[in-house]
Amino acid sequence: MIRVLLALFLILAAVPALAVDPDEVLADPALEARARAISAQLRCMVCQNQSIDDSNAELAKDLRVLVRERLSAGDSDEAVISYVVSRYGEFVLLKPRFEMKTLILWGMPVMLLVIGTVTLIVAARRRGARPAGAPLSDEEKEKLDRVLRS
Amino acid sequence: MIIELGHYALVLALATAIIQAWLPIAGVTRGDRALMELASSAAVVCFLLVAFSFAVLTFAYVTSDFSVRNVWENSHSLKPLIYKMTGVWGNHEGSMLLWLLILVFFSALVSLFGRSLPETLKATVLAVQAWIAGAFALFILLTSNPFARLIPAPGEGKDLNPVLQDIGLSIHPPLLYLGYVGFSVCFSFAVAALIEGRIDAAWARWVRPWTLAAWTCLTAGIAMGSYWAYYELGWGGWWFWDPVENASFMPWLAGTALLHSALVMEKREALKIWTVLLAILTFSLSLLGTFLVRSGVLTSVHAFATDPTRGVFILAILVIFIGGAFSLFALRASHLKAGGIFAPISREGALVLNNLILTTATATVLTGTLYPLLLEALTGDKISVGAPFFNMTFGLLMLPLIAVVPFGPLLAWKRGDLAGAAQRLFAAAAIGLVVAATCYYAANGGPVLAPLGIGLGAYLILGALTDLVLRSGLGKVAGGVAWRRLTGLPRSAFGTALAHIGLGITLIGIVTVTAFQTEVVAEMKPGAMIDVGRYSLRFDGMRQGRGPNYTEERGHFTVSRGGVAVTEIWSSKRLYPARRMPTTEAGIRTFGLSQLYVSLGDQMAGGGIVVRIWWKPLILCIWGGALVMMAGGIVSLSDRRLRVGAPSRARKAVLATGAAE
Repeated sequence: MIRVLLALFLILAAVPALAVDPDEVLADPALEARARAISAQLRCMVCQNQSIDDSNAELAKDLRVLVRERLSAGDSDEAVISYVVSRYGEFVLLKPRFEMKTLILWGMPVMLLVIGTVTLIVAARRRGARPAGAPLSDEEKEKLDRVLRS
Repeated sequence: MIIELGHYALVLALATAIIQAWLPIAGVTRGDRALMELASSAAVVCFLLVAFSFAVLTFAYVTSDFSVRNVWENSHSLKPLIYKMTGVWGNHEGSMLLWLLILVFFSALVSLFGRSLPETLKATVLAVQAWIAGAFALFILLTSNPFARLIPAPGEGKDLNPVLQDIGLSIHPPLLYLGYVGFSVCFSFAVAALIEGRIDAAWARWVRPWTLAAWTCLTAGIAMGSYWAYYELGWGGWWFWDPVENASFMPWLAGTALLHSALVMEKREALKIWTVLLAILTFSLSLLGTFLVRSGVLTSVHAFATDPTRGVFILAILVIFIGGAFSLFALRASHLKAGGIFAPISREGALVLNNLILTTATATVLTGTLYPLLLEALTGDKISVGAPFFNMTFGLLMLPLIAVVPFGPLLAWKRGDLAGAAQRLFAAAAIGLVVAATCYYAANGGPVLAPLGIGLGAYLILGALTDLVLRSGLGKVAGGVAWRRLTGLPRSAFGTALAHIGLGITLIGIVTVTAFQTEVVAEMKPGAMIDVGRYSLRFDGMRQGRGPNYTEERGHFTVSRGGVAVTEIWSSKRLYPARRMPTTEAGIRTFGLSQLYVSLGDQMAGGGIVVRIWWKPLILCIWGGALVMMAGGIVSLSDRRLRVGAPSRARKAVLATGAAE
């Protein structure tokens, strides 16, 4: 039943799920490819976890058209994204920017890897320091010899 | 009447679970064997009661008894029989009952197959299982009763959500739950070990088959769900990093780590404390997944706040079980003795690295899934974390993991020879590079990362095969000897190789589709031609059709290659009148491991229709790889080493006959 929420929402949002319409597509393939790449980074504000590239909601279409307008006007990719963010807020970014409030989000993998590695190294050192590999005492050697001979 | 009996059976199941939760524990503390043995029979009785209850609900669905509210809300008399039956778990109440059914099913299995378990351990494990079962039975009875009546009974039902009327979705939840809930056994074993303060290699040998079984089912469930989303949702995606998907992916990642650490514990008695922690963590993530999906918290924090009964109840279960288990861990983990020693470069070392990366990946997915919720709840700031974030972070973590996978099986336990392993993997790595170079050349340059990813997949597959070749001594000894050695290898060696090969296949599929798929969006009128990949499609027009509980418009396409018609594709838009809901049924044709995917859009004013067509190269590798991974799990599960009871029983039987003579 794991996908019911998603499925339900898709149904509510609009069906059939077809995003980019033929009339939106830019004539210049290079520009269109850039538009698609940018669209995949931007969230459809009224959908649940869909990029404007995947969604067929009205608002997503407006944003796709907007992105293409800015690109046609000669904006760089970053400029287009900044422009959309300035109008719709950071909520629109599917990959949040690295800043104070996303510190833990971005820092988590690095932090865990560092902590894990350090813990492992410390544990290995401690294990190495233990007399586990110490040479046998004379008594032990004698005992071992006896066992081996028998 | 029968409905009330089903309801009553559920109440009795709750009562049985309460008995099973306390008396065996009392038996363990007092050393009372009769009380301990009670756990086994209680587990079986509890399973029979819940099974009866579930059968009653299924009966209500099959007979379209609309006096049951749940049936009325989710069924329709004209619905095909198969969907009447699978519709039982196509809704909140029914799916929770299925969850409970699978949980008590696993308890009953432990009680039936666990004859050779130490009796205190068995009693404690079954008691812990019963705590979980009791909590969920209570949840169902108090907040999500599937047997609630509706009087007067309506004449017709509201039908199941049409998107869910699909064979893929019918199999998906039970598989997923078998995986989710299968980890409850590992959890119960871990908690029991903490309560007893004792843990040894025998414990790991008990936990590993359960982990393997749960992991195999979860792999199947996730792959099935992914394929279902691919062909049903209509835009050709197969993984969306949706929170609901992440909820099932996190237990899988943690379960994969558990699978590997339990191996170290079984063979070398090392990593005991870590394995216990992972077992708790894995099931906690399953519970968290249930909470995320069932509480509505994902749609929005506010939706959760408006109808909080169910959400708060599951949250309470979550807090009690996860909090309880971790507190127990904090209190008792120091009682567990640390085990075997190993050098950093060794098979243990490689498996520790595997665990480090997999755990980090799990935590990354978890943070990404919950961060927007927590940030909004704490500061009111709204951010989104979606596919681009996960692809980047998760991808970066997976690269080193995949690169070291083939090394693991080639390193010796305790102290390994890294240079030797690297030397033996030289051929695999070299061929991987050649594959990458060939892809780069064939794609006329293009992105560098994609050929490298494909090369990495080839290296992974060949690396796994290298292990089998080396262990059989192929090329060094005579063919017959090598073959005998190969067939004499433990099944778990093949299981490992298969699972790693499967991973390689999936990787190749993912990279190829992502980098090399082609997509065409166009408005087509009947008779229009369009080129996609190596094929051309001609649109032949729309036709009307009718199914048992829907009407449809089907677009007909003829596929040709080099001017010769090869096949045809139907792609349709359906309307389910009971819910006035349209769906798209994508038209898909398979060519080898690749597929053509056709989806219909809006009808345009000029008589044309918007059509979206994809050429998806090697897409079947994604799920084919998952199938191979599952095969690895099953082969490994059949290893005689894991059938714990068998050898000891046989020996006892031999002794008994010897004594009789």
